[in-house]
Amino acid sequence: MTGLERFQDAFLKPELIARYWPDILSGVAVTLQIAVAVVITGLALGLVLAVIRSYRSRLANAPIIVFVDMFRALPPLVAILIVYFGLPNLGINISGFAVLWLVLSLVLAAFAEEIFWSGIVSVRKGQWEAARSTGLSHWQTMTSVILPQAIRICVPPLTNRTIAVTKNTALGTVIGVGEIMNEGTSAMSLSGNATPLMMAAVAYILIFVPVVALGSWIERRFAWKRA
Amino acid sequence: MSALLDVRGLRKSFGTTEILRGIDFSVAARELVFIIGPSGSGKSTMLRCCNRLEEPTAGQVIVDGVDLMAPGIDINAMRRQIGMVFQAFNLYPHMTALGNVTLALRKVLGKSRDEAEAIGRAALDRVGLKEKAPSYPSELSGGQQQRVAIARALALEPKIMLFDEPTSALDPELVGAVLGVMRDLKASGMTMVVVSHEMRFARDAADRIVFMAEGQILEQGTPAEIFGNPQLPRTRDFVGELSR
Ligand SMILES: Nc1ncnc2c1ncn2[C@@H]1O[C@H](COP(=O)(O)OP(=O)(O)OP(=O)(O)O)[C@@H](O)[C@H]1O
Ligand SMILES: [Mg+2]
Repeated sequence: MTGLERFQDAFLKPELIARYWPDILSGVAVTLQIAVAVVITGLALGLVLAVIRSYRSRLANAPIIVFVDMFRALPPLVAILIVYFGLPNLGINISGFAVLWLVLSLVLAAFAEEIFWSGIVSVRKGQWEAARSTGLSHWQTMTSVILPQAIRICVPPLTNRTIAVTKNTALGTVIGVGEIMNEGTSAMSLSGNATPLMMAAVAYILIFVPVVALGSWIERRFAWKRA
Repeated sequence: MSALLDVRGLRKSFGTTEILRGIDFSVAARELVFIIGPSGSGKSTMLRCCNRLEEPTAGQVIVDGVDLMAPGIDINAMRRQIGMVFQAFNLYPHMTALGNVTLALRKVLGKSRDEAEAIGRAALDRVGLKEKAPSYPSELSGGQQQRVAIARALALEPKIMLFDEPTSALDPELVGAVLGVMRDLKASGMTMVVVSHEMRFARDAADRIVFMAEGQILEQGTPAEIFGNPQLPRTRDFVGELSR
């Protein structure tokens, strides 16, 4: 056997690819669903929290800051396990899918809040003053003047953080969510071969490379002419 | 003649430092009042209290008979009647000149896009920049940016306009066009309060000069009085310093 054949046998065995691709594909579908749901709720919640924070009410800001610091510090796996095994004891039964979505959304929201917030405060104070002096409300100033400038700055770090958090969908494997990693590892134990994991790796790459491309596209969309 | 802007007993502290220490001052309709004074004397703070961009610690600010400090006042509705022009222009960099001028028309006055753009173009025309409507701020010179900023305030048809060192950030050759626009505004009957050190402009356009120092108004009078025959040594020194 040549080296190439041995490599193929260990990582890319054709008959295993043929046998397991439907499983991996169903994992891809699950991962995509969770990832899309997490991106939408996580970014939306992060943005909402950052906007609330801009009103600078001490009452609202203290819990936001606690929430953000907590979820940035906590390893997502710990939060997932606590929620998954803790909630049933409170009489709340939610699926592993829902737990994964909930926890990763909160983690992404925490990071996104920090990113949106730093974008908001990086917009020069004069922009607020100009808008408010023409009679725009705080909310109108935020949506028409501040956020369009802030988000443009936020897109690169948000893209990175979004990808990093959504990759944690692989943690679903520890609570029985049938996402890519779970399908890949089950198939690996059944077949005793790393080929299904390679398939999982390829699936992740196929999912996330377009996301990276989307990020830089959005970055270009948000750019405007400046000297 | 009733005052369009009436400031009474205005005080402002930042922390424990009192920056404005009891300012009484009023501006009549169509009057152009110039405010001069050393750096840090509180000129900008005073101006910014006049539309509550800065929250006064005490005192009254009355614009066209409405007390801005009254509880329950719709400050946004009042602010659109008080135009403000800043040293740093503060144009919105992500919008064209026309976008800058029409934003408040659409958001605050609820005008349709077409209506807002018609008003916006007329305002840009008044500052001589009709053809710059589609340009972004980064494509304009400082003087042009400041004229767009004036148009942005003007488009809302304010009753009074406040200028905080409108030409201080400009290269000398760009100052003239901005002052020209301000002269036209004055001629059209706009009521204006201008913080500036443009002495020549003050001499021939201002109705009254107010000299401030350390958070108080020390002396005021016509340009001839303040520049020609100041009463206080402080004023004399400052004016002497400026005209050198
Ligand atoms: N937000 C603020 N917080 C604390 N101190 C402030 C603040 N804004 C202004 N000050 C202080 O108030 C004083 C008056 O400032 P102001 O900007 O009104 O002066 P000015 O007369 O406009 O000066 P200049 O000619 O330099 O523009 C200064 O000592 C300044 O440091
Ligand atoms: Mg100033």
